[in-house]
Amino acid sequence: MPTNIVEINQMSFQHDNGKVVFRDVDLLIPQGKVTAVMGPSGTGKTTLLKLIGGQLAPTCGTIRVGGELVHDLSRQALYKLRRRLGMLFQASGLFTHMTVFDNVAFPLREHTPLSESMIHTITLMKLQMVGLRGAKDLMPSELSGGMARRVALARAIALDPELIMYDEPFTGQDPISLGVLVKLVRTLNDALGLTSIIVSHDVQETLTIADYVYVIVDAKIIGQGTPEAIVNDTANKQLQQFIQGLADGPVPFHYPAASLEKDFLEEHV
Amino acid sequence: MLRQRFIESIVGLFLIFTALALSILAFKVSGLTSLFPDASYHITADFDEIGGLKVRAPVKIGGVQIGEVSDIALDPATFKAVVTLAIRNQYRDIPDDSSAGIFTAGLLGDNYIAITPMYNTTFLKEGGHIEITRSAMVLEKLIGQFLYKVGNSGQSDNSNSNKQSEKGGQQ
Amino acid sequence: MNQVALLGQWGIQLLRDFGKAGILLYQILFYRPHFRKGFPLVVQQIYAEGVLSLAIIIVSSLFIGMVLALQGYHTLSKFGASQELGPLVALSVVRELGPVVTAILFAGRAGSAVTAEIGLMKATEQLSSMEMMAVDPLRRVIAPRFWGGFISMPLLTIIFNMMAIYGAYLVGVKWLGVDAGVFWSNMRSSVDFHSDVVNGILKSVVFGVAVIWISLFQGYFAAPTSAGIANATTRSVVYGSLVILGLDFILTAVMIGEW
Repeated sequence: MPTNIVEINQMSFQHDNGKVVFRDVDLLIPQGKVTAVMGPSGTGKTTLLKLIGGQLAPTCGTIRVGGELVHDLSRQALYKLRRRLGMLFQASGLFTHMTVFDNVAFPLREHTPLSESMIHTITLMKLQMVGLRGAKDLMPSELSGGMARRVALARAIALDPELIMYDEPFTGQDPISLGVLVKLVRTLNDALGLTSIIVSHDVQETLTIADYVYVIVDAKIIGQGTPEAIVNDTANKQLQQFIQGLADGPVPFHYPAASLEKDFLEEHV
Repeated sequence: MLRQRFIESIVGLFLIFTALALSILAFKVSGLTSLFPDASYHITADFDEIGGLKVRAPVKIGGVQIGEVSDIALDPATFKAVVTLAIRNQYRDIPDDSSAGIFTAGLLGDNYIAITPMYNTTFLKEGGHIEITRSAMVLEKLIGQFLYKVGNSGQSDNSNSNKQSEKGGQQ
Repeated sequence: MNQVALLGQWGIQLLRDFGKAGILLYQILFYRPHFRKGFPLVVQQIYAEGVLSLAIIIVSSLFIGMVLALQGYHTLSKFGASQELGPLVALSVVRELGPVVTAILFAGRAGSAVTAEIGLMKATEQLSSMEMMAVDPLRRVIAPRFWGGFISMPLLTIIFNMMAIYGAYLVGVKWLGVDAGVFWSNMRSSVDFHSDVVNGILKSVVFGVAVIWISLFQGYFAAPTSAGIANATTRSVVYGSLVILGLDFILTAVMIGEW
């Protein structure tokens, strides 16, 4: 029975300006699997990753990562926990003043007492895993979007984390880079024994590699299950509109407006 | 790593350049003669009128600066100005019957103290006192005296205008 | 009633901003630094903020010194006091122009660069990735820039002072014919090292802290959009310059009272 790396219980979160992002959400991330969290733009998927990583604290409820209550940890303990996590940001977050090599070597140099030659070897290995060993001397500004993401991925796995989180990894990628990334996420997860959380709204790609899916709409989970179960759950209209990308359904096409007579026929000053 | 070394050397040069600039500022611009304030001994002198004398005004013998004024106070009993002079230790052979006077540098310049050495064989030391002093000359009093003298010599000619000049001179 | 509420809201926002800035400064100053790792970072920032500002500082100071000598001679010679050119230039530069102009130029060049850099790092999620990699961005990015500015400002001011006086020497002595001996000896007797030069350097230290603090704050709390970063950069230059001038008045008043 696989243990759960992340356990979220009855968690609610709202921003300072009052916008409710999550309400009574229960989420389990099983170890060794690829779990997808999907939903429309702006439902706070990045916020969820920040909550798991301890950058934000929930308004109520608990979040446990590796058995520890993330939001209650001291600064030092939190930093120790973060060394076991890897995160891939949407904007790749590469350090623009360093080469690709230095970017990937950064966590190694900061957190391990390894010698330069060992770091050299490990960095090249990580770059080899994502297929970019030849790009080690380029600057981030010289990389394409897809390549930058792959470098960020190599950096995220530099310290061999237990959990890796992907924030919208497939958004805005051309078909080839997309294919490469999809393949990498799945292969790395299985080869390195990682647990992966993918936050995305790219339904098709994500469903091909996910083991379990959560769909969050309007601060609540409206559906969860294996990809097959999700696709076959035709009774859930809200879920189906999202999965199939229907233009109209529970989420209406028309933004709430005054009646047609009022806007078209009445005199306007 | 090479870049890091380059940066460090440049920063080192920057610091050296600044240290050089600071020493130029210190010695050429502000006339600092040593990093530590000169060891000096203090003597006092009483004046009826110090005019525009200020603290840090120079103290000179024969036009050469030997120290500076370190304090100016009023004696509440005698109502004289008590001026403390800080004389540099290297000038320790000033006879203790010397006189001190307040003069003006140039015609309209700042006041300074000039010490005229006398002939005693005992010398001033820390806490010493100069007995003979000459107060500063205040310009308005000089003009008043001059006009008074002019008025007096012409008194036999015209007493009215003399009285007027007197009044004008004393104002 | 609405206007009063808006005013109140603006006031509270201002108060919160001051609070955030104060907390930022506290975190920079009092979180234990790692000297072995931190020192090369500070050196790098001294290079980026100090050395790279040298060009504008040296050129400006030369011109300011030259103009000061020109104008000063022109006016002083009307009173037959052209031998006071040395003291005029030296005291103006060392007491006021040196610290103030250097600080304003520093705010414009290094301050704006720092704000833009940090704002950009925040917008492209570099600071977030650092945090998630368990590296404290405060120690690695913010604090070195603070110490770099703190150290660079007085150094730049000293260089400004020297170059401005040299510029004045070039114009006054070499061109306008003031006697070199008179120039330097009058200057030497008017300028006191402790109350003029040192006080000027103290002023520049205070200005340096103010400028780099404002720049770091504006960059760190900038809205993560291109418009947000542009506004933050402008604000750091404008606020920095105003604060410098205000502080200059306060410090001069305190120093003239011969503290």
